[in-house]
Order: sequence, then structure tokens, then C-alpha cells
Amino acid sequence: MSITELPPKDAEQLVEDVPRGSLKGLIRSTEIDTRMLGMVGLLLVIWVGFNIMSGGTFLSPRNLWNLSVQFAPVAIMATGMVLVIVSRNIDLSVGSMLGFVGMAMALIQAEILPNSLGFDHPLTWVIVLLIGLLLGALVGMFQGFIVAYVGVPSFIVTLGGLLVWRGVAWSLGSGRTVAPMDSTFQLLGGGSRGSLGEVGSWVVGGIACAAIIFGLISSRRRRIKFGFRLRPTWAVVGMGVGGCLAVLGAVWVMNSYYLPENVARQVAEERGIPWPAEGLQIPLGISYPVLIAIGVMLIMGFIANRRRFGRYVFSIGGNPEAAELGGINTRWTVVKTFMVMGILVGVAAAVTIARLNAATSGLGTLSELYVIAAAVIGGTSLAGGIGTVPGAVLGALVMQSLQSGMVLMRVDAPLQDIVVGIVLVAAVAVDVFFRRRSER
Amino acid sequence: MNDRATPLVEMRDMNVSFGGVHAVENVNFDLVPGEIHALVGGNGAGKSTLVKTLAGAQRADSGQIYVNGEPVSIENPRDAKALGIETIYQNLALAENIDAPGNMFLGRELTTGMGNLDDSAMEDATRKIMARLNPKFENFTRPVAFLSGGQRQSVAIARAVHFNARILVMDEPTAALGPSETEQVRNLIRRLKTEGIGIILISHDIHDVFDLADRTTVMLQGRVVGTVAKGEVTMDEILAMIIIGKAPQDLTQSEIAEIRG
Repeated sequence: MSITELPPKDAEQLVEDVPRGSLKGLIRSTEIDTRMLGMVGLLLVIWVGFNIMSGGTFLSPRNLWNLSVQFAPVAIMATGMVLVIVSRNIDLSVGSMLGFVGMAMALIQAEILPNSLGFDHPLTWVIVLLIGLLLGALVGMFQGFIVAYVGVPSFIVTLGGLLVWRGVAWSLGSGRTVAPMDSTFQLLGGGSRGSLGEVGSWVVGGIACAAIIFGLISSRRRRIKFGFRLRPTWAVVGMGVGGCLAVLGAVWVMNSYYLPENVARQVAEERGIPWPAEGLQIPLGISYPVLIAIGVMLIMGFIANRRRFGRYVFSIGGNPEAAELGGINTRWTVVKTFMVMGILVGVAAAVTIARLNAATSGLGTLSELYVIAAAVIGGTSLAGGIGTVPGAVLGALVMQSLQSGMVLMRVDAPLQDIVVGIVLVAAVAVDVFFRRRSER
Repeated sequence: MNDRATPLVEMRDMNVSFGGVHAVENVNFDLVPGEIHALVGGNGAGKSTLVKTLAGAQRADSGQIYVNGEPVSIENPRDAKALGIETIYQNLALAENIDAPGNMFLGRELTTGMGNLDDSAMEDATRKIMARLNPKFENFTRPVAFLSGGQRQSVAIARAVHFNARILVMDEPTAALGPSETEQVRNLIRRLKTEGIGIILISHDIHDVFDLADRTTVMLQGRVVGTVAKGEVTMDEILAMIIIGKAPQDLTQSEIAEIRG
């Protein structure tokens, strides 16, 4: 069909968007998500609040470093939970799956592989990790298949999974604690050796800053090429400077946490550095779990925004009928979301058992609640169709900050559960409230 | 009845039933290039179900569809689109949370060489087609949930005409629109017709039908009452067919008078 192409329309071309007076218009012209800003604000309130209550301990490099390591598994799983919830499903089984996959990976490296490869074989960690990811993918595919093709609601399928996989974890481990993990595998969990160190951390920080600046510039170039509206220059510069400061600040904090003296002595010995009388401060830097979580966030964010699969997941959440009529294979797409979730559970399980240097049958208990809460606090709507990967990671940071802060304040475990439960319900209530208001 | 050209579409002996209810019963229907063939009837007459079998959104229990004289099997919406059949659904079938370009290319996204979504190219294409269909359209980056009824309709229409449709099914295309937007859609339908596209138009608006359609098929309770050509019948006769369910030659003067009320 021949379409007479008119020249692109009038004067809005290449003009920077002028804020329309109000603060709202100002923020909108920068295209920064206001919800994200709100979440950062909430996080700052929590941090400052706990810091005051704990007399300055909360914001110490030591606590922040530990917080960052503990946050990683929740963040990793939350990025997958976003897609599951966006497609109008839920996965209640991730905690039990983490227990099952973690136990399986622990048994393989502690009891099965040593029989043939011996202890601490250089390939052990790769084999174990791949088996873990595969197991996660299979479990996810199985559950997703029942949801999409058999038609059992995901709530029920994964509620069943919550019991089944926990039971499997128990029978696999016979209730034991399986330890120790392969020495290379342990690096996945962070700890004194599982970190980038000072120089490496600065290099990663530098790369991140370069990526931020490159991203902003190339986005502007693309808009100019197609003649789309531009963000105001001050906003672009502000985003670049703000982003880089945040990254470099985080690296600085991670580099301000030093190895404990006994470990530092060992490391000094290994590197042949003489131990000085006044002691030696070796910065830990960014831990591998955090690096993995950031990598997962980037990959999942990319999948959600820049790949067909992500677009299909969002369209199913927005209008399943429209997705179907658009020719999308909606059932297989749903199966894939559960598979991705399973793989991410595998990654989180690896990080967790590596950090604990052991697997127990109770591993991951209740973490489904943290993961779901992280996604919801991060702006994922349980009605489906809405959610962002970076938001979920921020949500995970909020949840882990709450938990870590409560531990620091010596809040009893039952009370911690009460708080997490209330926060989960409150987050959904806020979500429902705002969406109802914006519908009017 | 019609021997102008090989029909673009021919549907023979179509049957669809839900439970014990015959939604579509032994229906024959055809469409030639450059023709507007209206499908009218009351609620539950089976119009939407019939066109859904053509769009791949509904399986027929029996019957055969021919496109350009060739028997085809349309199992799902992808099959229909591959045959050049595009459909504008009554409820528009838009993903509310996705922006206009995303909806326009839903299921047929443009990608870069690496297989990544090419959002800029999709937005660019959407801007070009909207400049033609609805020059006032501006919201290219907001979810369509924020758009007005007319703008949403524009997105649904743009999606159907962008992909070089040869057969266009329009299920109540003006139901949600104001007067000026309705006129725009009518003009668009006329223009598409001159480009040789065959259009199946479902409408409750008898003026739309009388004004635009070359032929009109009336359905009642899943069956075809009759097919009439433009100029053969009056508007009242069409109304009588819809309500009473008799072909025009079988209608009595008193029945027509009753309709005229």
C-alpha cells in the first residue's frame, strides 16, 4: 500500500523540551522516573534513621559492605520476579527452589565430584555452577509448563512448589549441613578473597562512569538522528555527574573496608609483603556477589527493555488477549519467564552456599517473601504489566537494609518477621492506592 | 452474484458453535479487491465470531477459507497476518502499558542487526504513519492507557494499515469515536478502498453501512439472512432484514412499514 509520506512534522524537531513551570514538568522533562526518586528517598531515610539509632554503626563501611553481600541473592532473584509478576503470575517457590538447588550443588561439590576429580579440582566450580543453573531452569520450566499449558494458576503451582522443593531439599540432605564448598566456588560468595580489591574496584567504577556518560551521549545522538525531543542539557549533565558520583562513592565505601588483621597477614605473606609494625590495611573492594548482582541487573534490564521476549512479557501483562492477537506465543513466553526465574534462583543459590561455605536444608526459607517484597517495593504492580528491573534491585536494597538494620539493632527474629510482613502488605497497599488514583 | 474478480477471500460453509449454541451456521461470505463488504446484524448475530475465524482468533468447527482462490488454513493470528489479513478489533486489542509504537509493532517488532528492539526506528515509522492518519497525534512515548479513545483507535488502525494489508477487517471501527474522528475514519476507509484493499466492515451504524458499503450481508442468530448490493435496497429494507431476518424480496410492505414506525 502506498503511503504518501509527509515531511516530519513542524517545529518540535530538535527543540529541547522546555519544562512547563511546575516541578512536575521539570522532572518529567528529564524523563527520570519519579517513583525511582521516591525509592531513593525512602532508602536514604532508612539508612539515616538506622544510622542515628545505631550510633553511626549502620553507615560504617563494614556494615555497608556486609549489607551489599547479603543483598546480592535477593537482588538477583528480584530481577526475575519482576518479569514473572509483570506477566500476571507469581512465584512463591523461589525460597524452596534455592534450598533444593543449593543443596544439590553443595552435595555435588562436597560429596560426589571429589570421588572422581578429587578435592578442589579447578573445574569443579564450573561444573557445579552449570548443573545448578540447569536444575533451576528445569524446575522453572516444569512449573511454567503447568501454569501456561495445563492452566493451573501460578499461585497454586508455586505454592505446591514451595512445599515440594523444600521437601526435596530435606530428603537430599537428610537434614544435614553439607560442607565445605570447593575453594574456588567459595569466591562466588565474596568474603576476604572473593573481592576485586582496591585497584580492580576503581577500574570497575571507572568503566561504569564511562558507560553512563556514553549511554547519555548515544541516547542524545539517536534522538537527534530521528529528530525526537531532547532532554534539557542541564538534566543530561546532572544525570551524568550524579550517576558517576554515586558509583564512585559506592566504590570508595567498598574500598574503605579492610581485611581483618589475621587475614591481611596471610595475604601479605602470600604476596611476599613484609608485615609492617603499624599493621597493613588491605581494602576489600567490591565483592563478587555484588558484581554478579550488578551484571544480572544489567542483563535482565536489557532483556526486559531491549529484547522481544521482554516486550512480550510486558504486553502479556498489559493485555493477554492483545498479545495473543498480535501473534505472540503467550504460553511459551510465560514458560520462559519461569525458566529465567529458575536460572536466577540457581545463581542466587550458588552465591548463598558459597558465602555460607555450606548448605543446610532450611536454606532460603522465607526468601520468596523478601524477593516478592523487593519487586513490589521497586514498583512492580501485582496486577501485571508494570515493573522495572533496576526498581526491583533498589527494592532489594531497601528490604536488605531493613533486615540488616534490625539485626544491627538486635531486634528479635519474630519481630523482624512481623516487620517484613507489614512492609510487604503496606507496599502493595501503596501500589493499589496510587494506581487507583491515577485511573481516575 | 459477483463475478468481477477472483475473490480476495471466500469463506464457505463456516460453522462455529459454543457448547450447544450455533454462533455461526453454514455461513458463506466473500470479498473482492477494492470492495467494502459490510457485515451487519443485532447483538449475538455471529458477525464478530465469523471474522474472528478469518483473523485466526477463533477456530471454526468446519468450513473452508480461500484467499485468492487458494484454500488456506488459519490456525492463529500469525497465519492470518502472513496472508495479509489485518484486523481492527472492537476492543482495539491494545496493551495498555505499552506506548503507541510498541503497540503498532506488537508481535512484529523491528530489530537491529543484533536482534535488539529498534525503538527509534519503530517510533520513526509510527510518526510517519500518524502524520498521515491523525496529524494531531503526539503521544509517542506514553503508554496508550493515557490516550483518548480517538487516539487509541488511531493506534489500532495504524497497526492494521502499516503492514501492507490486502484484507482489512474492521469490527466497529467508529464505535468509540466523536463525530469528527468518525468522519476521519470514513475518509480513511474510502482511501484504502481506492488502493485496492478489500475491507470487511462490521458496524452498528446503519448510516455508515449505507454510505460506505458496496455490498451488505445481514446476519441473524448465526445465519446469513441475505447479501444485497449498494443501490438495490433502501435503508429501511436493510433494517427490516436485520430485525425480521427475511431477505428483501420476502419482506411484505406491512413489515417494512412497521420498521419505519
